[in-house]
Amino acid sequence: MNIERQEIEKLATLARIAIDDSTISEVSQRLSSVLDLVDQLQAVDTEGVEAMSHPMQATQRLREDEVTEINQREAFQAIAPETEDGLFLVPKVIE
Amino acid sequence: MSWDTVIGLEIHVQLATKTKIFSGASTAYGAEPNTQACAIDLAMPGTLPVLNKQAVNYAIMFGLAVDAEIGQVSAFERKNYFYPDSPKGYQTTQLERPIVGRGNVEIQLADGSTKNVRIHHAHLEEDAGKSLHEGNFNSNFSGIDLNRAGTPLIEIVSEPDMCNAEEAVAFARKIHGIVTSLGICDGEMSQGSMRFDVNVSVKPSGSETLGIRTETKNLNSYKFMEEAIKREVERQIDVIEDGGTIAQETRLYNGDTKVARSMRSKEEANDYRYFPCPDLLPVVVSDEEVAELRRNLPELPDARQARFVEQYSLSDYDAAILSSDAAMAKYFEAVTSACNNAKLAANWTMGELSARLNNEDLSIANSPVSAAQLGGLVTRIADNSISGKMAKEVFDGIWAGEGSADEIIEARGLKQVSDSGALEQMVADVLTANQAMVDDYINTDEAKRKKKLGGFMGKIMQASKGQANPQQVNQILAQKLNELL
Amino acid sequence: MHNLTIAELIKGLQSKEFSSVELTQHFLNRIGSLNPAYNAVITVTAEQALKAAAEADIRLAAGNAPALCGVPILHKDIFCTNGVRTSCGSKMLDNFIPPYNATVVENFEQAGAVVLGKTNMDEFAMGSSNETSFYGPVKNPWATDCVPGGSSGGSAAAVAARLAPGATATDTGGSIRQPAALCGISGIKPTYGRVSRWGMVAFASSLDQGGPMARTAEDCALLLNCMASYDDKDSTCIDREVPDYTATLDGSVKGLRIGVPKEYFSEGLDAGIEEAVRAALANLEAQGAELVEISLPNSGLSVPAYYVIAPAEASANLSRFDGSRYGYRCEDPKDLLDMYSRSRSEGFGKEVQRRILIGTYCLSAGYYDAYYGKAQQVRKLIQQDFDRAFESVDLIMGPTCPSPAFKFGAKSDDPVAMYLEDIYTVATNLAGLPGMSIPCGMADNKPVGLQIIGNYFDEARMLNVAHQYQQATDWHDLAPEGVAS
Repeated sequence: MNIERQEIEKLATLARIAIDDSTISEVSQRLSSVLDLVDQLQAVDTEGVEAMSHPMQATQRLREDEVTEINQREAFQAIAPETEDGLFLVPKVIE
Repeated sequence: MSWDTVIGLEIHVQLATKTKIFSGASTAYGAEPNTQACAIDLAMPGTLPVLNKQAVNYAIMFGLAVDAEIGQVSAFERKNYFYPDSPKGYQTTQLERPIVGRGNVEIQLADGSTKNVRIHHAHLEEDAGKSLHEGNFNSNFSGIDLNRAGTPLIEIVSEPDMCNAEEAVAFARKIHGIVTSLGICDGEMSQGSMRFDVNVSVKPSGSETLGIRTETKNLNSYKFMEEAIKREVERQIDVIEDGGTIAQETRLYNGDTKVARSMRSKEEANDYRYFPCPDLLPVVVSDEEVAELRRNLPELPDARQARFVEQYSLSDYDAAILSSDAAMAKYFEAVTSACNNAKLAANWTMGELSARLNNEDLSIANSPVSAAQLGGLVTRIADNSISGKMAKEVFDGIWAGEGSADEIIEARGLKQVSDSGALEQMVADVLTANQAMVDDYINTDEAKRKKKLGGFMGKIMQASKGQANPQQVNQILAQKLNELL
Repeated sequence: MHNLTIAELIKGLQSKEFSSVELTQHFLNRIGSLNPAYNAVITVTAEQALKAAAEADIRLAAGNAPALCGVPILHKDIFCTNGVRTSCGSKMLDNFIPPYNATVVENFEQAGAVVLGKTNMDEFAMGSSNETSFYGPVKNPWATDCVPGGSSGGSAAAVAARLAPGATATDTGGSIRQPAALCGISGIKPTYGRVSRWGMVAFASSLDQGGPMARTAEDCALLLNCMASYDDKDSTCIDREVPDYTATLDGSVKGLRIGVPKEYFSEGLDAGIEEAVRAALANLEAQGAELVEISLPNSGLSVPAYYVIAPAEASANLSRFDGSRYGYRCEDPKDLLDMYSRSRSEGFGKEVQRRILIGTYCLSAGYYDAYYGKAQQVRKLIQQDFDRAFESVDLIMGPTCPSPAFKFGAKSDDPVAMYLEDIYTVATNLAGLPGMSIPCGMADNKPVGLQIIGNYFDEARMLNVAHQYQQATDWHDLAPEGVAS
């Protein structure tokens, strides 16, 4: 199996990972070899088998609607790359 | 060629829980930026979600109110996309197994008819934070406030059962009425508590085949929704009639410019890669829990409408309008109990008050005129203390914060003079002072005399500073002039 | 002192043979002198450790000290430690100092354990050789030109080199058991949900599970007593009483039915490893256990299923590392997309990027059913294999990994060869079952691990059998050259 260059670029955009032009073929080759490995799944007959998302047959526990968190903005923003007036700054968001 | 419009709505309703859907941080509106964003809301490494019970209960209550199937087992998915207001890089939402299934809502239209709109489903999800583009920072940056991130939402998805803007607005109002009556949402649209996405398509009249639809996002008032729908319908018809085709796209409405623009660039790259959220387990709701919530459901708009017709002898339409919104219904009942005149209370609540609130984009909960104050005003209208015209002036005074109706009437000396002795003296004085007019009246043909009365009325009202009861003055004037003939 | 087990250290501390400060200083000295050769510890918290040791000594003197009071340990750098860098082996979090503790860290703090520092690991726990760490590879104390295994290679090497008597670790596809095997120590991955994942940086949420590493099964039991707890901050944590795992260590293995899966002794298994594992099984048989050949027919599918599910979950879990709120942000981003893309490609190493891309692929439109959906069904088949097996046996045993520690670089150019390191371990993560590895011999002068797989929540029985084996053998007492003296 071979992943096309275009497909790698699409995945990289979706995953927000910049891939150097010079490494695309290497990335493609490695991903392809992994996909060859996982492609073994295609041969398995799973007709009627339930999909398993969780290892345990448990159900979601619900939390009471009570405020348990205090304001820790200072602690959280002390480790942030860039803040101003309590806001996290990022390059301009264009909608 | 004539066209049919097909409209479906997706309504995001912020649930009125004290805390976030997956964290114990407060959801109170208006806090300093990021002071209500805890480690979970900030998606700090290693943090995990735990589901808020009240959010689940509120979603179920909505389902019960629209007669929907309640998912006994529902589950959460992750919807993957990068955006600064989505700190995890995915939104936790429900796709395959929403908590609320198919339901129905009946809407009332202005012509008195009703229409059923089907609910496709409603699901629980988390709200995003906010990106601020202006502030005390370099203009190449945006500031991110994650206080809203993780606020519980239900997204209510309708079937495409509406065929014009009026129906869409009626549906939106009905949902607003239901969620506010249930107390699961504060209904404050100016604070974003309810937001609408509108799916619109057009097709040749009578055609069975649906046209290609667009989705217009970011509508947070009925007014915007109505305008956006009308404009989008016109746009689509223009495009098709010019030989073009409609692109399936997401459009973003700007309330300031009243223009929606395509977000096609964003749409093309979207592949949300939904998959079951491994940090959350299936949510199981027992029949007993659902029954308990059903037992405790508060009065809903439809039941309240019936009661208003019965209890206050209102028309169906008035009752429907007043009962559609929990806050308005509560307000109306408070006005009525203060003035004991349901008809006038209804007229003033739906008329002057609603118009003013609407103009100033205020919700009834934030009305500058309290129900007790409006009740006081209606009392004075009902007992003829003031005329309708004066009542508007008094209303303006109350709105401006000058006090109660009685205080304003007193302060401005607006009390209507209905004392017949005083009025007779007033009329007599005016006649004496305007002998020429009286002569002119007497010399005029009988058929045309009536027209001359207006002149006398003007003088009398002027003399009384507008306080004379006009009906009484009319009577006395006619009588006195007759005596002179 | 460094040759004593945790059980012996506890006795020594409680009988005042030595103080916790002396003990802590001793291990800090060892880390100072020996760690440069192994690169197992990447953060040393000497000052906090000595302070905690002094406090532990006070509690010990008062005579009411909890079990692990004064015992020095190391935490894998995947567990968030309040005020201490938590890097997860990545440049992305090289500057990340969390303002909160993982529940596991909290548990050890409550128990009075003394934290010496944080251990090296494969970046975001993605690796089987510890070669993907931003901080450079960890060297196997048994042969420093060989890998220690991964991803908990730092913890395993540190325990093997006696830099600490025990350490925390995590296991998503074998990350406790495989390095334990390669470094000749004991390690247990408990049942999914036994140990809280709160504050443990997520790799693949439905597979990740924390567990302890130490030289003996008894020490693992002591550490697991503290590490396992119900935590309402982790929705997937199971509310079930934690037994005293040390209480049942002495039970006899007589009559115990041990399942030996034929698939675990097939092609690809190193002959020396097979010999050692068979000898261990024979030893247990001699003690009265019964060996039963079983089949786990879908074993061969566990690696393919794992390498769909784990990367898929990871692709979403690692989206939060976007340069916005914490961690690495690239220099001078020219716009938002540039900040995301460069922060992530510069902050993540190659293997992490590769797994994110694989996961993204498996979830993307058009591939979901063929990959993720299919893998989840195969996961069910694998679980059913185990369910059937446990109808007739009490435990399952076999090799932990197919070959002993390999040389650096031997597999790093071939991801698939590296992934096959996990061939015997990933199935238990997919099923959520507990798995353990204990030393059972030498092959090519390097340690061999015996894997013990238990039924859900049967950790006590696994530890009991492991302890009984260790009572009869001394593989766990062997030390790499130069570290015992």
